[in-house]
Amino acid sequence: MIFDIKKFAVHDGPGIRSTVFFKGCPLRCSWCQNPEGISFDPQVMLFEQRCLDGCRDCIVVCPQKALSKDAANIVLDRGRCDGCGLCAASCPADALQMAGKAVSVEAVINELAKDEVFYLESGGGITCSGGEPLTQIDFLHVLLQAAKKRGWHTAVDTSGHAPFAYFAKIIPSVDLFLFDLKSMDADKHRRHCGEDNGLIVDNLRRLSEAARSLSIRVPLVPGFNDSPADLDRMADFCQSLPRRHPLHLLPYHRGGSSKCKRLGLTDPRPETMPPNAAQVKKALEIFRRKNIATTYGG
Amino acid sequence: MNDRIRQLRRKSLKAVPELSAERGVLLTRFYRSAAAQTLSAPLLRAHAFAYMLKHKKITIMPGELIVGERGPAAKATPTYPEITCHSLADLDVLAKRAKTPFRVTAGTRLAFARKIIPYWSGKTMRDRLFERMSPEWLEAYRAGVFTEFMEQRAPGHTVCGEKIYGQGLLDIKKDIQDSLAALDFMNDPQALAREEELRAMTIAADAMMLYAGRHADKARELLIKEKDSARRKELRQIAEICQRVPARAPRNFHEALQHYWFMHVGVISEANPWDSFNPGRLDQHLLPFYERGLAEGTLDREAARELLQAFWIKFNNHPSPPKVGVTAEESGTYTDFALINTGGLTTDGENGVNDLSFLILDVIEEMRLLQPSSAVQVSKKTPDAFLKRALAIVKTGYGQPSIFNSEAIVAELLRQGKSLADARRGGASGCVETGAFGRESYILTGYFNLVKVLEITLNNGVDPRSRQKIGLETGKPENFTVFDELLDAFNRQLNHFIDIKIRGNNIIDRLYARYLPVPFLSLLIDDCVASGRDYHDGGARYNTSYIQGVGLGTITDCLSAIRHHVYERRSLTMEALRRALKKNFSGHEMTRQLLLNKTPRYGNDDDAADDLMRKVFEMFFNAVDGRPNMRGGRFHINLLPTTVHIYFGRMTGATADGRRAGEPLSEGVSPVQGADRLGPTAVIKSVAKIDHLRTGGTLLNQKFTPQLLADEKGIAQLANLVRAYFRLDGHHVQFNVVDAATLRAAQRQPEKYRDLIVRVAGYSDYFVDIGSELQEEIISRTEHGEF
Repeated sequence: MIFDIKKFAVHDGPGIRSTVFFKGCPLRCSWCQNPEGISFDPQVMLFEQRCLDGCRDCIVVCPQKALSKDAANIVLDRGRCDGCGLCAASCPADALQMAGKAVSVEAVINELAKDEVFYLESGGGITCSGGEPLTQIDFLHVLLQAAKKRGWHTAVDTSGHAPFAYFAKIIPSVDLFLFDLKSMDADKHRRHCGEDNGLIVDNLRRLSEAARSLSIRVPLVPGFNDSPADLDRMADFCQSLPRRHPLHLLPYHRGGSSKCKRLGLTDPRPETMPPNAAQVKKALEIFRRKNIATTYGG
Repeated sequence: MNDRIRQLRRKSLKAVPELSAERGVLLTRFYRSAAAQTLSAPLLRAHAFAYMLKHKKITIMPGELIVGERGPAAKATPTYPEITCHSLADLDVLAKRAKTPFRVTAGTRLAFARKIIPYWSGKTMRDRLFERMSPEWLEAYRAGVFTEFMEQRAPGHTVCGEKIYGQGLLDIKKDIQDSLAALDFMNDPQALAREEELRAMTIAADAMMLYAGRHADKARELLIKEKDSARRKELRQIAEICQRVPARAPRNFHEALQHYWFMHVGVISEANPWDSFNPGRLDQHLLPFYERGLAEGTLDREAARELLQAFWIKFNNHPSPPKVGVTAEESGTYTDFALINTGGLTTDGENGVNDLSFLILDVIEEMRLLQPSSAVQVSKKTPDAFLKRALAIVKTGYGQPSIFNSEAIVAELLRQGKSLADARRGGASGCVETGAFGRESYILTGYFNLVKVLEITLNNGVDPRSRQKIGLETGKPENFTVFDELLDAFNRQLNHFIDIKIRGNNIIDRLYARYLPVPFLSLLIDDCVASGRDYHDGGARYNTSYIQGVGLGTITDCLSAIRHHVYERRSLTMEALRRALKKNFSGHEMTRQLLLNKTPRYGNDDDAADDLMRKVFEMFFNAVDGRPNMRGGRFHINLLPTTVHIYFGRMTGATADGRRAGEPLSEGVSPVQGADRLGPTAVIKSVAKIDHLRTGGTLLNQKFTPQLLADEKGIAQLANLVRAYFRLDGHHVQFNVVDAATLRAAQRQPEKYRDLIVRVAGYSDYFVDIGSELQEEIISRTEHGEF
């Protein structure tokens, strides 16, 4: 189950890439910027402003009778919706769109192969992201092997929250891991991400040695992990790893908020604002002072 | 930029474009004279040219290093009444139009009223041309099926080659003598015509030498009054150079630039050729002078830079000649499409990028002038550093330089029968048109509205706008049982209108050959002198006519929508579709949204749509390519719109892709605005399914926000994108860096901008899909130039 393939991705590894977004994630990070990647099931996203006056196509077509229209807007009863997607297919205005589609490895590879000329020209390739791609380890494994067979550079963007055996299985077919590190504080991690960081920290230590190449990605979320103490601990940990890895700071942004609305979810962090330039600079300095090659924004 | 250049540049920017009556008055006086009455056309044109150059005002502006103006002052723009004569009403329009106006003084107005208009009224090329067009041609022309390039401007579409850098006009005169001596009056029925043409060329060459000499005189005249010793030295040098070139071949960098510039002024004074004139591969032409200057110590990089900048400013001083009638009201640009090429390949097929190529890029970046336009040619052998340097200039958001694929240009020219050496000396001119520089007359004859032809087909030969039957009765579309019947009907309709267009072109070709020879231009383009034939009469080594297809994206989406909804899914009947189109979708918004959103569309690397694009391409190609023109050459196609997709859109009703009546068509080979939703790689893949090598040029526009190009990495990825497109034989790409105003427009009309990608932070997304908060943030970042 994937929810998107983004082409001309230039921030998820070297060269020009296509990023495959896997649907479903074991974590519940409060700042999540791809909330459509959390659930393992297909979901309807509502773009209300596109809905046409007088059109009732989706209401008529829905087998679960989950859709209705109030004075202004289309209303979806998510309790009834089973994600069949008939409404999105019938909507002339793309006001309903599906996040999540069951696909075969072959179909994904065919779609990715369309951009092969760009991978070859740029030294790029594909990136598996999500959601958490390792939750679909068999699919991921076969996809990566197929990509390697075609000579593409492969990257996996992971939360790190998966059994190490899964990592071990794909290591031979992954050129680059993009490994998220959110906080060294197990308790805080549990409160903000739904799980503690034990597995993640352990996996990162082992992958540091075993992976062909690895970059660490740190989302910089004001009020969560941007205090000097938090950042210092992460920097110390990075220094303690068996190998040195480049680090990317990804400043929090408000992109997740509108997506939450479309999915009928409440934005867990309505108050958080993106870090300003000074905050980003300060964070960069903390890592750089410890000789960690750090960039931001990707 | 040094002080001199800063001042010259400021003056050029500040100079107000003004209509000048000088040329019109001189020309009219000559045409009225007794001497003019008995001359054959070539000699009449040559003598008129000589008369104008002999009597026009000579201007050398303070601080100038390169001299010569078409009018009496910078941006004083002449008219060409023998081709098209401005009425007093036209003058008022030009003076008052909101964009790109021309000042018209009372004196100019009086000269038009008393001298120019009374003589030329009813006698212009434009009058002759419309007189001879058939009723079918006129109907199609008025309906917006095609435009005609030569109704207001002379055929030109040519570029100077390397020949003039090794030959002065005296040398060319020797060649003319040889051609005269070789004339075969015993066997060649054209011998007399050739003799007249060759004599006309001699007169034109003499006229230009005299004109250059007048500049030498003027410089000496200024010298007498000049106090500043540095300027005195320069004036002395200018006098010396103008005494030398263009009579004899240039010896150094400065002379080479002045030499070309005299030729340039000659060509654009003789007539008002399309796309002005253009030195072409400037870095290749000037390299020997540059290297020699450096080696001898007579030139350094800074002096070369200054001269190039002075040269650039001369182009900017020459706005495109203004039009008449409706075109004067509508068309708005001062650009005259002189496109200077840098980079590419040498004649031997080696990498042609040299130090001068980089210096020219510096000049482009520093000058930031509307004119000349600039292009870089990129071949497999072009170093990345050069492409990246060009892209770094593109990033500054000024739309230049545009980027061309050298290998594609060579392949296109070879397919048309040019020699390999001639192909490698070629490049792109105008917007994107391929040409064998210095040897080819490649006439763009008019834009062709592919979408209008489909509209007429869907109305069984009737133009719904005028309710007139102007096309073939190809059958009622409701009776087509399979989609291929529609395609077949479209194909017949297309061939019908192409036939009308080509028949018209062939008449126009002959009109220009008969009434408006250009003996001066013919001096410069091989093999006019050798064959004794005028540039307008097949004298060039290669003679090509182009018809430019417009609306490829729109027509593909229309056909795809009809096939998908009417014939495959049957979600819409042909009656219902036609009803919605007739009503301009009023009351049919659901149908319009369905067509917009649930149709496979061109630009998404989806063969379901792209195969239809290929079919339309084949039909258009087969209708045009290889047909003979009247100059001994052939017709070919290219795919570019300049700005005509807006006019054609206005002439075309609602279309099956969900486009409302009057809205612009897609431009160039780009997808319909907002139809491509998978990013630039998918666009490039779709566009690369066109067989570019069978065209004479295609135009692809790509939009980017500055954030995407922020750092080295962004530039590198853009370079990779270009390389990949060229690996797929793409012809040309240009990048428009989007500004905040565009983002605001996208907020207001999201459906038109669904293709617009912005960099959010570490990732990119569709602008219209991100929340309004984030949109505001990106707009403010763009406004502040933050990356």
